[in-house]
Amino acid sequence: MSPADTAKPAKAASKAASKSAPKKVAKAKTAVPKVKKTEPKVKKTEPKAKKAVAKTRKAVAPQFKAGQSLDIDDQQITVGKSFSDNAKMTMRNIDVYYGDKQAIHDVSIDIAKNEVMAMIGPSGCGKSTFLRTLNRMNDTVEGCRVEGDICMDGENLYAPKLDVVELRARVGMVFQKPNPFPKSIYENVAYGPKIHGLADSRVDLDEIVENSLRKASLWEEVKERLHQPGTGLSGGQQQRLCIARAIAVSPEVILMDEPCSALDPIATAKIEELIEELSENFTIAIVTHSMQQAARVSHRTAYFHLGKLIEVNPTEQVFTMPEHQLTEAYITGRFG
Amino acid sequence: MAKMSFENHIMKQFDEELEEIRTRLMEMGGKVEQQLQNAVKAVTDADSKLAEEVISGDQSIDSMEVDIDEACILIIARRQPAASDLRLVMMVTKAVNDLERIGDEAKKIANHAVILAEQSGSAEGYTEVRHMGASVTRMLANALDAFARFDVDAAMRTLEEDKQIDLEYKTALRELVTYMMEDPRSISRVINVLWVIRSLERIGDHAKNLCEQIVFVVKGKDIRHQ
Repeated sequence: MSPADTAKPAKAASKAASKSAPKKVAKAKTAVPKVKKTEPKVKKTEPKAKKAVAKTRKAVAPQFKAGQSLDIDDQQITVGKSFSDNAKMTMRNIDVYYGDKQAIHDVSIDIAKNEVMAMIGPSGCGKSTFLRTLNRMNDTVEGCRVEGDICMDGENLYAPKLDVVELRARVGMVFQKPNPFPKSIYENVAYGPKIHGLADSRVDLDEIVENSLRKASLWEEVKERLHQPGTGLSGGQQQRLCIARAIAVSPEVILMDEPCSALDPIATAKIEELIEELSENFTIAIVTHSMQQAARVSHRTAYFHLGKLIEVNPTEQVFTMPEHQLTEAYITGRFG
Repeated sequence: MAKMSFENHIMKQFDEELEEIRTRLMEMGGKVEQQLQNAVKAVTDADSKLAEEVISGDQSIDSMEVDIDEACILIIARRQPAASDLRLVMMVTKAVNDLERIGDEAKKIANHAVILAEQSGSAEGYTEVRHMGASVTRMLANALDAFARFDVDAAMRTLEEDKQIDLEYKTALRELVTYMMEDPRSISRVINVLWVIRSLERIGDHAKNLCEQIVFVVKGKDIRHQ
């Protein structure tokens, strides 16, 4: 309904009603507030006023010009606060290519220690690609090329002699769909510490498993059945098992790629609560399609659009007064 | 963020709902404005019939407040508005509150108009009421105009008018005290006039709140208590 559409009938109604104004006022008092249907009735309640004042005032709503505001150019620079004095990971001028196609354009951003950084944006905007550059998951994708500097605590993650397996222990990852190994719950969590040699004895290992499961808020639910298959758990429990598996190797950073998109609201709430707790010990970067989720769990939010980083700002600002038009349009549900 | 718009959502129904609360707030504003004009007129013309109309008209403003608030709650529950949408919805819930209070003050003025008309004494203090009434009515109209166009500059200008109104209030108060000292028999009557200008001053404060909310919607800046 455009303002013009409402204006005409309203005007007509007010003209018709203005003669018998007081009566109509009394009648409309009882109007029930069901959003749509009462509209004509409510209109009648202010006949005189409408004629006298509201006519000139009838909302001159400025139009939102989709084409104009959604354009971005090559000079597009990130607005907001991309950098941090307390950076855990620093990314500078990152370009990512899949073959000839450039998926990420000149992205620079810091992720601070013990921060939860949410990355949002429409499908295909490059947020997952960007996340996966952080622990070199893109190495496994053929034709994928990453340019720019990515450092963790000042150490270049793309240095030739860097041990990628060790890197992935330091930068753990949780995926969209829970993917436990087809082994027991215990083995799922114990596997990482074993191959990285983090446990000297069986007792050590038991302790790591218990601690990890506790941190993932799963211990109470599975302590009686540690040796049953992990795949036998519910979806939400499996996802928390994957988180336990990720934190068992004491990573410094945890990457989460839409960790709740396959889960029901209750399981989602548990994971979100967990993210909050985990941020005390870990640095977390999370890609999510749920803007409410980003609003709930993150400290800063980064908005990606067509492979470019448009805006990074504290989450409370992004969801109440975003700096960039594109961010505004996306989070208010105007495109995506 | 230059432009304000509450359209072009992927969900068209959301556009309609936001437009709806906006339109209804404007309607409520128009009604409240009318109530204020009539209340002031009822005092200065000693028109108790008009005053009665204002008193009975207040109920419809109350029910508008409830209706609009309910529509806002529904929007929050259904759409989880963000950014400018969220600011608009929050603003509307606050603005209806201010408008309703203005309606109450208009009703109070009308109550005193009835008493004053019954006393039918001299017209002491009416000049002050007319003068302040005009200022306050103009300020409210400007505030509503600014809202209709989401005009921050107009809102900021209107905001400043409140200082003038406060000044007029103080001046009027001094005048009224003088009347009472000159003729103690007029005291009970002048006190009624005093209540009227007190209400007008309060309405100025509420209109100021409206302007602050407009700035909040458009700029995302909270300028209250500054």
